[in-house]
Amino acid sequence: MTQDTQTQDTDNPIQMPPERLLQVENLVKHFPITQGIFFRKQIAAVQAVSGISFHIDRGETFGIVGESGCGKSTTARCVLRLLEPTSGKVLYRAESSDGSSGSHEIIDIASANKAELRRLRREMQIVFQDPYASLNPRMTVASIIAEPLVVHGIGDTADRIERVKELLKVVGLNPEHTNRYPHEFSGGQRQRIGVARALALNPAFMVLDEPVSALDVSIQAQVLNLMGDLQDEFGLTYLFIAHDLSVVRHVCDRVGVMYLGRMAEVADRDTLYERPMHPYTHALMSAVPIPDPTIERNRRRIILEGDIPSPINPPTGCRFNTRCPRAEFPRCSEEIPALKEVEPDHWVACHFPEVKQVV
Amino acid sequence: MSEPLLQVSNLRTFFTTEEGIVRAVDGLSFTIHKGEKFGVVGESGSGKSVTALSIMRLIEAPAGEIVTGEIHFKGQDLLRLGDEEMRKIRGAQIAMIFQDPMTALNPVYTIGNQLVETIMLHQEVRKSQAVDIGIQALDDVHIPNPKVRMDDYPHQLSGGMRQRVMIAMGLSCNPDLLIADEPTTALDVTTQAQILHLMLELTEERDTAVMLITHDLGVVAGFCDNIQVMYAGRLAERGTTDFIFDNTFHPYTAGLLGSMTRLDEVREERLYSIRGAPPSLINPSNGCRFTPRCDFAQDICGSKTPLPREFGDGHWAACHFAPDLDLSRVKRAERVG
Ligand SMILES: Nc1ncnc2c1ncn2[C@@H]1O[C@H](COP(=O)(O)OP(=O)(O)OP(=O)(O)O)[C@@H](O)[C@H]1O
Ligand SMILES: Nc1ncnc2c1ncn2[C@@H]1O[C@H](COP(=O)(O)OP(=O)(O)OP(=O)(O)O)[C@@H](O)[C@H]1O
Ligand code: SF4
Ligand SMILES: [Mg+2]
Ligand SMILES: [Mg+2]
Repeated sequence: MTQDTQTQDTDNPIQMPPERLLQVENLVKHFPITQGIFFRKQIAAVQAVSGISFHIDRGETFGIVGESGCGKSTTARCVLRLLEPTSGKVLYRAESSDGSSGSHEIIDIASANKAELRRLRREMQIVFQDPYASLNPRMTVASIIAEPLVVHGIGDTADRIERVKELLKVVGLNPEHTNRYPHEFSGGQRQRIGVARALALNPAFMVLDEPVSALDVSIQAQVLNLMGDLQDEFGLTYLFIAHDLSVVRHVCDRVGVMYLGRMAEVADRDTLYERPMHPYTHALMSAVPIPDPTIERNRRRIILEGDIPSPINPPTGCRFNTRCPRAEFPRCSEEIPALKEVEPDHWVACHFPEVKQVV
Repeated sequence: MSEPLLQVSNLRTFFTTEEGIVRAVDGLSFTIHKGEKFGVVGESGSGKSVTALSIMRLIEAPAGEIVTGEIHFKGQDLLRLGDEEMRKIRGAQIAMIFQDPMTALNPVYTIGNQLVETIMLHQEVRKSQAVDIGIQALDDVHIPNPKVRMDDYPHQLSGGMRQRVMIAMGLSCNPDLLIADEPTTALDVTTQAQILHLMLELTEERDTAVMLITHDLGVVAGFCDNIQVMYAGRLAERGTTDFIFDNTFHPYTAGLLGSMTRLDEVREERLYSIRGAPPSLINPSNGCRFTPRCDFAQDICGSKTPLPREFGDGHWAACHFAPDLDLSRVKRAERVG
């Protein structure tokens, strides 16, 4: 092992409470924008994720919500190290490498070496949004689902076929359909295939990046129910990414609201929906339509002005200050509001937080 | 209710494909009144867009064809008009906005160019007047600095701004009917709220009827007077928004309501879910097309097509057992709080 052997910072021993599976600290991801053909020079950066922190306890579902481009997928990819974080820590409690059950070790995914990552890849899986684009159209269902087993050299061909059939049953598909191709399935069924593949290695932790956004409501319900059943059955921990606040309320135990690369508010589900404190959370929630005509007619909406600013040149101070109905100047445009714990496990990044019922 | 503006009767629009004939819209009738906000909901592939394109006479031949039907608009049958006459109606009296404004806007012309062209096509005005009308139209949809924005190209605008431009263009000739096909589906929820608010405000002001196509029952709840639920190219149910939400007679509508997560409620573990997926529209089986997914289906459902029946007050349902099913367990299944 050469330059990959960068290990943990020894004068800052890594610690997490025992129930904690994942702890993200000050995660930053910038995408450089370069110019020039021969000597590419960085002229700016997309500040996709600008120092966010959150944690996920074992067996729970943590949701990240926010509008398009706010950095949800980038966060997810950095957590799994499918992208290299610019800085920050992603602490993960892994099964101990000596295989003794019940013993754990904490690894910083952001600085883990290749061998550690390879081991972690078995424990952590991702399901993507688009059930059409995320499956190779030329592979049969059996080879799609068995792929992770092949990559990690698990079992022989017969074992793998058995496992594939078992997985198809788990996700509610016909185990006889191993030789079909993705186009022979509907959207919801394809998403189940993606879930079956993610389950192949018995992961402990799954990132679900908008797993139902591309599906019709009737099919969404099937997939959401399946995710819940699998969590109960296998004790999975989920990082659930979505832009639909109604789905998140149904699925998540704790929720973080992101705006333009930062965490605006983090709280347990009931606190967030019943007593949201960040002006952006208020606006976001008040914009979500409720399928009830009487409620809809009597609701007062907070209509935000303008568009989300560019992450290449985000507003100074609080990033929401250009659209915030509560902003006071110059404080909000000069001073970055820290994510502060305003009541137990309710974190808000706003200089003027206020409980407001919007639902 | 006010006078009928658009009356669609027994519309059938089919497509010929390699696999066979797709019966995309298969015997659909409905009426939209002057100034009415009419919602069309249904799953992907249920025939919402094909219905809209049929009204606009934008179904592409030879693959696509309106096989039967009449579409009366202000007294004349659009299906009998010549191309030239239809062109005069399109844009002027019936305007349409699409899910993806990028496909409807020409990328090589400025917003101003396209607005002025639309206006001059339908109104007897000089160029300078058309420019003024265009600037006013952008101002009406709350685009800041409308004069300056006239010189922008579509790619210089955000998705929300482009959709505002489409609304400005759609309303610039004061149409009687605006067809909006998933106008906010590609947008974020805060932008969606802006756009819906704007559309409602402007069309109420001008008494413009809107046919709002969406798959989001939440969106129609706040916007529409009446809604039509489509399933597999046919009518499932239609009625006042309140009636459909509070008192549906159709298992499919009830299933949709039951499978939705809601912002204002925490439900128990499981959502109601409609099993399976929508059927193929090539050689669809006899009977009610919802049969294989319906929890209430009986023998007759698979053999006999349930025709839409009216149950008073403009409430129509196409189910053999309407209005006798107890759908409360589906609609509010396992809901708490
Ligand atoms: N590889 C990349 N190179 C440059 N910029 C990127 C890259 N990937 C993402 N970005 C930018 O980073 C920002 C955050 O993107 P990200 O995909 O994380 O958003 P998101 O919250 O997942 O949005 P969505 O809801 O649309 O999926 C966006 O401005 C995006 O354009
Ligand atoms: N040009 C075409 N050629 C062949 N089939 C078509 C064509 N256009 C539409 N169809 C088919 O007609 C049916 C109805 O399509 P339509 O676009 O009206 O659905 P929709 O309700 O608008 O769905 P969505 O919510 O996905 O927009 C679908 O089965 C579709 O595949
Ligand atoms: S810090 Fe200021 S601008 Fe930011 S959300 Fe709070 S009040 Fe609004
Ligand atoms: Mg994303
Ligand atoms: Mg459509």
